Amino acid sequence: MALSCHVSKSNAPHYGDRMSDDTPLWQRMATAGAMMIQGTPQARALGMRVIAITEARAVVEVDWREDLVGDPETGVIASGVVTTLLDNTCGVAAFAALSEPMSTATLDLRIDYMRPAKKGATIRAEAHCYRMTKTVAFVRAFAFDGDDETDPVAAAQAAFMMGTSGRMGKNRRPPK
Amino acid sequence: MSDAPATPTRVDLSELSAMFEAVPYAKFLGVQLELKGDELTAILPFKDTLIGNPMLPALHGGVVGALMELTAVAQIFLAQGGKKIPKVIDISIDYLRSGRPVDTYARAHVTKLGRRIANVRVEAWQFDRADPIAALHGHFLLKSDEAEAEPKG
Repeated sequence: MALSCHVSKSNAPHYGDRMSDDTPLWQRMATAGAMMIQGTPQARALGMRVIAITEARAVVEVDWREDLVGDPETGVIASGVVTTLLDNTCGVAAFAALSEPMSTATLDLRIDYMRPAKKGATIRAEAHCYRMTKTVAFVRAFAFDGDDETDPVAAAQAAFMMGTSGRMGKNRRPPK
Repeated sequence: MSDAPATPTRVDLSELSAMFEAVPYAKFLGVQLELKGDELTAILPFKDTLIGNPMLPALHGGVVGALMELTAVAQIFLAQGGKKIPKVIDISIDYLRSGRPVDTYARAHVTKLGRRIANVRVEAWQFDRADPIAALHGHFLLKSDEAEAEPKG
């Protein structure tokens, strides 16, 4: 079984590469990766960094921080941070599988926490959107706290609804 | 035969709050707890940094998940009569509505409190308790002294 959702970093375009209009969405995203995090307040609050975006794949990291600890006895990062990182990375991978941008909504997210992350370690999430239908994106992801691809901290399986009504400011009013 | 309730309350709010306040991440999110009898409500007051989609705007799905996870942990802590913080094994989250930029509430129900594992269900809502924005189902490892004394693996 291939455990890793490995993204080849060498194939990923670098920030500042010139893009033409017919450049695939994921390549346009790859250049805008830093902006995607900057535009998401919670991702910015956690200090997330986009490491790579390739077709239907994404790698995002978050550093260990004192204020993100979940167990004061061990100093281990909160599982909630890993949850948010995996959710976010899965969403970026689903987006990177599209040919044109559209609004998405998470349907469900299942996470297995195999072991606590090492104290002080950067958490890296690698996500792959392995199937995209007209309406749903199916994504798998792993979270690692080191280079050992056979020893993930957590695994995720997510489904996203594609092309939802993402009208600007829609949520400013309560639901009907 | 025992007449004890399913979730015996042997912990008061101050003990529960003390446990929570020691968790830096709970403070990072700004989660607060309210306890009426044995009914625990976690409250996540809205703030801009919780947003995941600035266009709608909507709360980050991970934040809603994390709130429900913390609610489950607090409810287990309560059900156990206050021991160590349980560790999450797995969670499954259903997103039912996008989280609006307002306060969010969550309540958990410990479906089964075993010797080593707790099975928990949580719902999060905003305007209407009967119209939840998300639901979580998860398993948690109880870190009782007994469980810790067992060999690993």
